[in-house]
Amino acid sequence: MPNQNRRDFFKTSLALGVTVSGLASGKLKAETPKVHPEDRMGVLVDTTVCIGCRSCEYACKVAHNLPTGSLESYHDDRSVFNKERRPGEEVLTVVNEYKSNQEFPIDVKVQCMHCEEPACVASCIVHAFTKHKDGSVTWDTGKCIGCRYCVIACPFQVPVFQYSKALQPNIMKCDFCYDRTSKGLLPACVEICPVEALTYGKKVELLQVAKGRIKQKPDKYFDHIYGEYEVGGTSWLYLSSTNFSNLDFPKLGEDPAPATSESIQHGLFRYFVPPVALYTLLGGIMWLTKRKENSEEEE
Amino acid sequence: MQNIYKPVPLKRHFLTPGVMILIVLAFNGLVFLALRLIYGLGFVTNLDIQHPWGIWIAIDVACGVALASGGFTTAALGHVLHREKYKVILRPALLTAMLGYTFVAFGVMVDLGRWYYIWHPLIYWNGSSPLFEVGICVMFYLTVLYIEFIPVVTERFIGKVNFKGLLKFLNIPIDSILRFLDRSLSKTMFIFVIAGVVLSTLHQSSLGTLMVVAGSKMHPLWHTPILPLLFLLSAISVGFPMVIFESLLAARSFKIKPEMEVLTGLARMVGPLLFVYFGFKLGDMVIRGTYVYLEVINTASVMFMIEIVFGVLVPLRMFFSEKVIHSKLGLFIASSFVILGIFLNRINDFLVAYNPPYAVKSYFPSIGEISVTVGFIALLVLLYRIAIIIFPVISLPSRDLLPKSKYEIKGESK
Ligand code: SF4
Ligand code: SF4
Ligand code: SF4
Repeated sequence: MPNQNRRDFFKTSLALGVTVSGLASGKLKAETPKVHPEDRMGVLVDTTVCIGCRSCEYACKVAHNLPTGSLESYHDDRSVFNKERRPGEEVLTVVNEYKSNQEFPIDVKVQCMHCEEPACVASCIVHAFTKHKDGSVTWDTGKCIGCRYCVIACPFQVPVFQYSKALQPNIMKCDFCYDRTSKGLLPACVEICPVEALTYGKKVELLQVAKGRIKQKPDKYFDHIYGEYEVGGTSWLYLSSTNFSNLDFPKLGEDPAPATSESIQHGLFRYFVPPVALYTLLGGIMWLTKRKENSEEEE
Repeated sequence: MQNIYKPVPLKRHFLTPGVMILIVLAFNGLVFLALRLIYGLGFVTNLDIQHPWGIWIAIDVACGVALASGGFTTAALGHVLHREKYKVILRPALLTAMLGYTFVAFGVMVDLGRWYYIWHPLIYWNGSSPLFEVGICVMFYLTVLYIEFIPVVTERFIGKVNFKGLLKFLNIPIDSILRFLDRSLSKTMFIFVIAGVVLSTLHQSSLGTLMVVAGSKMHPLWHTPILPLLFLLSAISVGFPMVIFESLLAARSFKIKPEMEVLTGLARMVGPLLFVYFGFKLGDMVIRGTYVYLEVINTASVMFMIEIVFGVLVPLRMFFSEKVIHSKLGLFIASSFVILGIFLNRINDFLVAYNPPYAVKSYFPSIGEISVTVGFIALLVLLYRIAIIIFPVISLPSRDLLPKSKYEIKGESK
């Protein structure tokens, strides 16, 4: 219960000043155990299969009650591919097209990656993000204060703040269709995809599938599953025929994005020893210098 | 002969040409602030999906917090270490910190998309978020600062509460409240003073932790795991220069003689503090090998060099020169350099170094953003001026004040 600790610390230190021993003892607790990835669901995106029909964009909008044109308008309008697009104030997922030296261009669907150790969850000032058991990361409008620190933190630059709204601007982000999957439905994009470029399933199994595909057709696939290790792993996994850096995937290490800042943060507040020790130290110095002063005056 | 300096309310006119300009700037800022509240952040700012934070965070909040560090550094010196000589600067520094942090809070608030939820961090906790820690510490510290200021208010008004007409019946109760506060605080103040110093160290450093999480998007020249330490060290080293800078400005604007002996004493400590900061900054660069980024000339490397050379090295040299620290002008210039250095450092860390992967254009503040920031600074200076006219903050040699103070106060404090 770090929160409780912290609350205690502020209360007591502000009211009374505390001794180190009081807080340092007792409250030691084990780190929360990692959730077993067995429960984790995921989506495998095979960009070599995707035809760029953008049906998924349409289905996503419908599933999230966002304004949208007809499904046909998505198939027909190819001009959107002229510019690289990103999820926006009313769009949770977009498909971008990249030229390639093969017969077909490469299409890449973009949305929240649902990180295993999400920077947004660790950073949000009010804990508005939740990492669920199935791996999905959702945002809670009841808590958010609109500080946009999640946008700073996300290594994939995914959350979008609604700048155009003066009241109740939201953070827009793919929620892995949490409402649908908890009712046993497929994510809207997976359900509509006509060519099965998107596969929904247990993450451990998806990784096997992905590895199998690379093994079967080593000429077709670039030998890397994006999302297997990036920033500690993500629920969404990508296969591609080319190096992912050609497709504007950010080049990221294997350490979870919030690892460093979390360890600083937790180090600073390890059982509140550092702040309490500092408080005591300063109090001691104050008392000593005061005494010295008094005795000098007496002389 | 010790107590010849005593804080008094300054008897000056409020309105001067300079003040008029400040009022105009403040008003202009408030107009854009109103637009932001009515039409939203997107209407007034240049922020976008790729650039979530602009100068309202980098200047109003980050620089504001750093430059208000005079409050806790002088408190540590005067109250914790009991250096009597420096008592005269405690109140001005406290006032600056109090007003500074008040505007930091306003700055945060106007930047929040849902500003009316600013109290949410009090009930929804996230211990692993550095921003949460900054927010909570700033809230508590602001409270502590106001508590620390109460004795200044009681000193000014005990026995002098004098409402006329309808409110007359309030005189006695208010006076007894003031006396009660004065009595209870005189015994417990040390608790708040120490808490203030601890809270400051915590959030000054956590402000540095903020951008650590954005690692993959940050320029390596600034991004280091010791950012919190660098932020703390730089905040400590800018504390005294800020006090010197203000004292000299206030002395000039109110036509009083600056306490050079005290300021020189403070200045002597700045050199070593800056040196430590520079040592860590340099050491970090060497260990991580980031000097290679200085071989190419681009915005980042140029900004970094300006920050280091003019913000750290030049003043470092100046503060070690006896001639400089004994001269008003020298001190003023040297302090200005340190302040500029910290200012640049915060802007670099929050804006220049932040490089989102899909940005198509770079961020530059809009007229609206600049107006609000400038407006806040103008308001802060105005309030400072009002406060030192009403309250005993600035110390004057006591013979100046004895005869007149009794009669003048009433008219000025309206
Ligand atoms: S991709 Fe970004 S928004 Fe999505 S879970 Fe990861 S950190 Fe959070
Ligand atoms: S904008 Fe909302 S969701 Fe994002 S970090 Fe701030 S409070 Fe959390
Ligand atoms: S629906 Fe399937 S094939 Fe069509 S763009 Fe989306 S992922 Fe690609």
